[in-house]
Amino acid sequence: MTKASDLAPSYDLVVIGGGPAGLAAAALAARAGLTTVLFDENPGVGGQIYRAITFSPVKDRAVLGEDYWAGAELAAEAKASGALIVTGATVWSLDPTRLVGVSIAGQARLIEAKRVIIATGSLERPFPVPGWTLPGVMSAGGAQTVLKAQGLVPNGKTVLAGGGPLMWLLAAQILRAGGKIDAVLDTTPRKNWLRALAHLPDFVLSPYFAKGLKLLREVRAKVRVIRVDRLEAVGDDKLREVVFGKGDNERRMPADLLLLHQGVVPNVNLALAAGVAHAWNERQLCFEPVLDEDFNSSVPGISVAGDGAGIAGGTAAAERGRIAAIAAVRALKPEASVPDLQIVRQKLQREAMGRAFLDWLNRPADSFRQPEGDTIVCRCEEVTARQVRDTADLGCEGPNQMKAFLRCGMGPCQGRLRGLTVTELIAAQRGTTPAEVGYYRLRPPVKPITLSELASLPIAEAERKAVER
Amino acid sequence: MFKRLAETGAAVAITVDGRQIAARAGDTVAAALIAAGIDHCRTTPVSGAPRAPYCLMGVCFECLVTVDGVGSRQGCLVPVRDGMAVETQTGKREAGR
Amino acid sequence: MRTADVVVIGGGIHGCATALHLAMRGLKPILVEKDYAGRHASGVNAGGVRQLARDLAEIPLSISSMALWEHIEELVGDDCGFESHGTVLVAENETELASFRARVEDLRLRGFTHEELIDRAELKRLVPAVADHCPGGVVSRRDGAADPFRTTQAFRRRAIEKGAEVLEGVTVTGLSKVGVNWRVETSAGPIEAPKIVNAAGAWADRIAAMLGEPVPLTVVAPMLMVTSRVAPFIQPVVILRGRKLSFKQLGNGTVVIGGGHLATPHRDRNETVIDWDKLAISARTVWELFPAMRAATIVRAWAGIEAFMPDGIPVVGPSSTSEGIYHQFGFSTHGFQLGPGTGAMMAELVATGSTNTPIDGLGIDRFSQRKDPSLRSG
Repeated sequence: MTKASDLAPSYDLVVIGGGPAGLAAAALAARAGLTTVLFDENPGVGGQIYRAITFSPVKDRAVLGEDYWAGAELAAEAKASGALIVTGATVWSLDPTRLVGVSIAGQARLIEAKRVIIATGSLERPFPVPGWTLPGVMSAGGAQTVLKAQGLVPNGKTVLAGGGPLMWLLAAQILRAGGKIDAVLDTTPRKNWLRALAHLPDFVLSPYFAKGLKLLREVRAKVRVIRVDRLEAVGDDKLREVVFGKGDNERRMPADLLLLHQGVVPNVNLALAAGVAHAWNERQLCFEPVLDEDFNSSVPGISVAGDGAGIAGGTAAAERGRIAAIAAVRALKPEASVPDLQIVRQKLQREAMGRAFLDWLNRPADSFRQPEGDTIVCRCEEVTARQVRDTADLGCEGPNQMKAFLRCGMGPCQGRLRGLTVTELIAAQRGTTPAEVGYYRLRPPVKPITLSELASLPIAEAERKAVER
Repeated sequence: MFKRLAETGAAVAITVDGRQIAARAGDTVAAALIAAGIDHCRTTPVSGAPRAPYCLMGVCFECLVTVDGVGSRQGCLVPVRDGMAVETQTGKREAGR
Repeated sequence: MRTADVVVIGGGIHGCATALHLAMRGLKPILVEKDYAGRHASGVNAGGVRQLARDLAEIPLSISSMALWEHIEELVGDDCGFESHGTVLVAENETELASFRARVEDLRLRGFTHEELIDRAELKRLVPAVADHCPGGVVSRRDGAADPFRTTQAFRRRAIEKGAEVLEGVTVTGLSKVGVNWRVETSAGPIEAPKIVNAAGAWADRIAAMLGEPVPLTVVAPMLMVTSRVAPFIQPVVILRGRKLSFKQLGNGTVVIGGGHLATPHRDRNETVIDWDKLAISARTVWELFPAMRAATIVRAWAGIEAFMPDGIPVVGPSSTSEGIYHQFGFSTHGFQLGPGTGAMMAELVATGSTNTPIDGLGIDRFSQRKDPSLRSG
């Protein structure tokens, strides 16, 4: 186990996040001779898509599928490359001078980096429905995590709700593992087909097409799929039933576990805190960093690869990581040999095929992104949709100003689970666009650190002198 | 809510609020709580509402627990260790407990 | 073209308070703010409302401000989150305590009684969580704290209600004299007014430079950090002298830790870069002073951009070169409490040409007077 005190004071390249983008980037850079460290806060590498790839207890390869096991090769390559890979390492700060604040087992260090690749991936889009804070309501990604990493499968009365490829994949994985799903509530609006249709030919030719159809068939063969435009989790101290409906039709279903999913969005917190410029992506309804073709951001020396650069999926993430790493090698060690950039770019381009169709088809309905009334928007500070809307009506123009009034975004999650909701609500209420409203100015630490951890930073030379004098 | 697919990991003994629970090597604290059927891990500091692990990937901060005396740790990021003492958190509980 | 009685440059608490008091006097002010009101130091400071440990030259403004703070809701229609639980300056050793004693005596001789020396027992009573090595301190019992952004916004809102015009996202690009008026060039077109108040904070030197009145202003960004909610354990704001610390728990349980360690400011980009080595010093100070805080989690750190003067006290009063120009800036990391009273005083000064509140020692001319005469003649 690498300790904080084992870290060098500086590295050529610091890679943050050990998913496909981070693993591919670290492997390529280290092999080209850059001193490279990869930090990941989880107990193992793999990110979310290849979660627990090095120690998953799910031995039957059919359960998680071959796309999952493809991650093993990436992890092995990174390990063999000579990059220092540190798990259980939480990066809590990155600033425009590329100083990286990291904590390992309660000890903090500041590490200088000549280049930084942010590969913090994606997170699930907030899905604020009434009752979503009740115990027994969990994100679908969460259920997938405990399946991959701990071999835990739902076995009570289980309902899966939402839409998007990951939801169907999880449903199939749970079923293959012998788990139980009582119903899938599909929240995707049918009218999405109108905009998606133009991209259908491209999609049909992409690998997603065959895979997607197979998954849908696999799930539909075993589980009732019900299309809904309303969803509510009901319970006192925990989930008791799921209430859903379409039009005037309302149904209730007893449930122990409700798994929610409506796609993924870039995890922008670290890049924002580092001062990276971001822009609104209207197709994917999220903010993403502004990047050049090598994934360089607006901050010199900092690039963003993987789904954190905009949602494109796990295979694309690895290629993006390689492109960012090639740029880092070229900047620091131009004489080192690297893979042919054009070939990597072509691979990446192929991965983009079919994404437009998926994005438009799975675009979550407004009502599931812009809640009303007493539905909690901010889980940390327990702020409701009504409070956010009312505060916007009072003249509050942006999420930053709103913090002072509602504390919304000031809790430990720093807006990760509500930032988009708040931005969209303010935009809706004020008749403007999310692009215009903007996002939170993120303040470090991007992950909370204890006072003791902060106090554990090595005493700087200047302070030592001040004390001696 | 959840069952274990295969009990492959070695048994790890941890306590939750003083009660022994059987965790497995490879569990995070949050996963161990879920596997043990513990339906909430804290109450919120604002309204006292019960909360349980939600995202399991370090972003939601719902699985905050006290681990070996250190409050507000993200249970989904902390691997279990033999002898670990986990406490669920009620309300305004952190420093000066 | 827009015209006004007064153009106030800067939408911090000082600019907003001055605009409000001018409007309350029946004048028509236009406030010009390059971002939005409270975007910088006024919106993101520690929120301390403190009379304690102030420079003698500031005490009159501080006292008049305190009177307004205690009726803040009547003034601005919002309680601004103001709570009064006192400020305690903690002595960490006997030498410090002796110097505090001398200061309190000196103030008493000058007729100021708001600072009060306390012994170990009273310190423990007021701040039970404080570490045992502290032998006493000074308390200012009427002091308190407020929510800075909410306060600045409240002043802005009430100023508008009383007739002020507030232009946000508008930058001042030039100043020139046109007859009896000043012409203020802005990104939203010119404004003419006979009088201008320069309350531009960290950018005030640029306004002064437009008038040929350079000032030695340093741009600073004092850092703050806040913890997640902690069980209530302390009421007064605590500050130190020997080490940099200000420490207070808000009503919601979070603890704000500051004290003046500086981030790197980039005023042209509205950006600050946190210096974690220095925040680690703050963390170690808290670690020693409040052992109960050791396991608390830090959830955010930030810094507001503001102006620091070489002598650490503000520039308040008329320009020394230009008729109709007034300065109100350079509050050197402790201007929040002074906002309400300084705004009232400034409005009086602008409207009537004089004020009863003593502001001796705060004039801008103190910098030109201190210049080396040999340099001056050269």
